[in-house]
Amino acid sequence: MTTTQQSPETEPASDYGTHPGAAANRFFKWLSTGAGLLILITLAAVATFLLEEAWPAISLSAAELGDKVSFIKPEDGQSLLEIVGFLVYGTVLISVIALLLATPVSIGIALFISHFAPRRLAQGLGYLIDLLAAVPSVVYGLWGVAVLVPFLQPFYQWLADYFGWIPIFAPPQSGEVFTGRVALSAGIVLAIMVIPIISAVSREVFLQTPKLHEEAALAMGATRWEMIRMAVFPFGRSGMIGATMLGLGRALGETMAVLMIISPGLTFSPYILQPNQHNTIAAYIALQFPEANALGVNSLIAMGLALFVITLLVNMLARWVVSRRSEFSGAN
Amino acid sequence: MSKRIDVNNLNVYYSNFLAVEDVSLSIEPKSVTAFIGPSGCGKSTFLRTLNRMHEVIPGARVEGEVLMDGVNLYADSVDPVTVRRHVGMVFQRPNPFPTMSIAENVLAGVKLNNKRISRADADDLVEASLRGANLWEEVKDRLDKPGSSLSGGQQQRLCIARAIAIKPDVLLMDEPCSALDPISTLAIEDLIQELKNDYTIVIVTHNMQQAARVSDRTAFFNIAGTGKPGKLIEMNDTPTMFSTPSEKATEDYISGRFG
Repeated sequence: MTTTQQSPETEPASDYGTHPGAAANRFFKWLSTGAGLLILITLAAVATFLLEEAWPAISLSAAELGDKVSFIKPEDGQSLLEIVGFLVYGTVLISVIALLLATPVSIGIALFISHFAPRRLAQGLGYLIDLLAAVPSVVYGLWGVAVLVPFLQPFYQWLADYFGWIPIFAPPQSGEVFTGRVALSAGIVLAIMVIPIISAVSREVFLQTPKLHEEAALAMGATRWEMIRMAVFPFGRSGMIGATMLGLGRALGETMAVLMIISPGLTFSPYILQPNQHNTIAAYIALQFPEANALGVNSLIAMGLALFVITLLVNMLARWVVSRRSEFSGAN
Repeated sequence: MSKRIDVNNLNVYYSNFLAVEDVSLSIEPKSVTAFIGPSGCGKSTFLRTLNRMHEVIPGARVEGEVLMDGVNLYADSVDPVTVRRHVGMVFQRPNPFPTMSIAENVLAGVKLNNKRISRADADDLVEASLRGANLWEEVKDRLDKPGSSLSGGQQQRLCIARAIAIKPDVLLMDEPCSALDPISTLAIEDLIQELKNDYTIVIVTHNMQQAARVSDRTAFFNIAGTGKPGKLIEMNDTPTMFSTPSEKATEDYISGRFG
């Protein structure tokens, strides 16, 4: 070719070499890679810490641990594993109550904002819902104890009177006070706390429904509700599931509100109107931590490890569900 | 089954903006009427007033009347949802429901009207509608596959099958071929000729050859300038419109001098 004829001063590569944006581009690449790595390192550090600190408690036998940790009572047949079992059960139970209550309401709010409300009202309402997410959980706890629980007591009484034959609504045993500081109350307060999360995410998903599909439904004579069932829900299904899982993540980890509302207990009972039956991992840790000795702290950290694993599983499940969207969204 | 349409002094507004001004025209049953005109002249907007789909946009409203066999679609007692069950529509881009199978797509509108349709009736209707849309032979072995697995032209014919499955009085088509290749366009145009035997068809098109090929009558819409309302300039038998239009603007547009 002609390269051999070129004089050495006119280096051809100089025209096609570096360009002004190259340094910034490289910097940004390292910045974003670093930020991504930081997340991984943090996660690994948390997992390592939990395992390391939990190990002393996990490795001891039930009797040994019971001798040294005040809140584990081997004479009642308690072991660390059993307590974790009770707490996982309580955590999941209360979170599920919260989700069962919050999901329909949140979907309704999201639909109202995305498809029913006039635009200006929708915007205002959207902000209000986001504000709900900004209320500190300790405030929810105070409000739950001072306002919601007394308010709900007559309703619980009614539930127990008329639906007490359904096991979960069985009234407290005679002699016990009907306080209302029970799993159902905690579930209701958690529901209010996760509504902003679920409704905000669902709203975004619903707003992205292709106009094309909405019009297809409307043009065949679908009412608005029928249009939502034909076009909006199928399109937003995985998004709604993802939103619900995010809400579940928050409900699982909530400490203060549960701690303040519930009369704790350690059982596998299904009775959500009875006090002293359930507790959650986060609330239990917060309750026991101030008085725990070294091995007690190790035991509590083991419980934290259990919560970490549950939350991780829930989030992975949510990710997986959301990622399935691409399969059936349709290229059009 | 097919009905005649008479539009009297129709104005279409988006909030306070007058989008289409003072349109009066008549459409005969079992005929194909083409709306042509430059972009933004209001022909699609006007088409959507014939099944009240323009009301989907907040603030859209009309003055005047649209009579379908003498019944004013804008009378107080008329429910737009019911209007749309009698006036089918096919859109610019094919829009089968991606989460439904081919058969479910065809039945989507029927299920709205009549929740309990027997299995045999449903199968018959799917076949009849897909045959009506010239799609049956291509999809009969994969009725349970998603509608989005079809090619663009097939999807559009699926949408036509979906529209005729509810046996509408009128079929509106808003640039049904603008997203399709020439072969698929030809298939749709042939289909329009067949559908004419049963339905009143109104089609908006940017393609003047298409209007000349498929329609019995042609209406030319134009706009004086940006921000001005669109108007119906003239409407006549298609051969007359394309040979000796009475308006200068029509002739200019048809001969390609603007638009």
